Amino acid sequence: MAITREHELHKRRSGRNVGLALTLICFIALVFGLTIAKVSGGSTLQAFDHSYRPSLDPDHVRFQQR
Amino acid sequence: MSDIRADMTLADPGEARFGDFVALLKPRVMSLVIFTALVGLLVAPGYLHPVEALAAIIFIALGAGASGALNMWWDADIDRLMKRTAKRPIPAGKVSPQDAMAIGVALSGISVVMLWLATNALAGFLLAFTIFFYAVIYSMWLKRATPQNIVIGGAAGAFPPMIGWVAVTGSISLEACLMFMLIFMWTPPHFWALALFMKSDYHKARVPMLTVTHGRKATRNHILVYTVALVPFALAAGFTSIGGPVYLALALVLNAMFLQGAWAIWRRGEAQAEADGYATEKRVFKFSLAYLFLHFSAILLEKGLVQIPAYADFAATLKILELF
Repeated sequence: MAITREHELHKRRSGRNVGLALTLICFIALVFGLTIAKVSGGSTLQAFDHSYRPSLDPDHVRFQQR
Repeated sequence: MSDIRADMTLADPGEARFGDFVALLKPRVMSLVIFTALVGLLVAPGYLHPVEALAAIIFIALGAGASGALNMWWDADIDRLMKRTAKRPIPAGKVSPQDAMAIGVALSGISVVMLWLATNALAGFLLAFTIFFYAVIYSMWLKRATPQNIVIGGAAGAFPPMIGWVAVTGSISLEACLMFMLIFMWTPPHFWALALFMKSDYHKARVPMLTVTHGRKATRNHILVYTVALVPFALAAGFTSIGGPVYLALALVLNAMFLQGAWAIWRRGEAQAEADGYATEKRVFKFSLAYLFLHFSAILLEKGLVQIPAYADFAATLKILELF
């Protein structure tokens, strides 16, 4: 049988669900923002890929700048 | 079919409002954590992307909230006995102890891992240690074991500005230690002033507060001693990169006022305090809140003022502790 009357407890649960949904949305937005910030940070994300690239070697970069 | 039963009441655990879960995270304590961590983060030398900085503050606050939830879970039995804490979500029957513990553990893990990912491993480690310190060392061990609970447990509240600093720099420095010590040494006189006028509560819960175990005269002595010990740390910060003339001037005034308040508490007898409804103790307790807020505000203000070249030159002459 379907529920036809809304109980106070339904309101509580609804409020809790909305609160949790908003929290999760904010968390997802924050993780997304963090990802963008880290990616746009740039060069350090170019990791080791089995071939030597002088541009990723801090010692080489410092030597070049002298 | 419905899971609403005829015998259910609005006070049934598990039917909490969202706000009850928020209350579990001690939002008022969290606001102090956010503020001090933000100051630590903003005054630290170095650059953090604004989104990373926002994430750092959110996860430091969340970590503090998680330790608050674990504290409420563990202390639910004594919270029921004290007027100040009887309305907390667990003793009020709004949130079940199991839910509180689950939320505390889950948020602890999330906050530590996310702070690590957002900033660095040392910041994540310090947050994990802070949660451990507050939940285990303070709540589970010291709080019911020794009247020095507040002194050692105060370290948990002192870590946030250091974590904020470390989130930017990746290392611990003298400035971070001085911000830590400022809160660490401030906590005992702050809480003991509260304990003096909330005496019946701690006594009822058999929490070994100094007022219960050593008496009220000893508590007054301790307030004075700890306030005197606090002053050098508050002033020393003025001679480092986070301080400057404005901070130093304000710190001199605030510390003189705090010392005067501690002296006034020390001089009073119990009969006199009861006669005026613990007016001095309440005044010093309120002032102690402003004391901490204004010190950290001044640290933040100095960061803004050093952008002015003439001021920066003048301030540089004061920063003698940077030499060490």
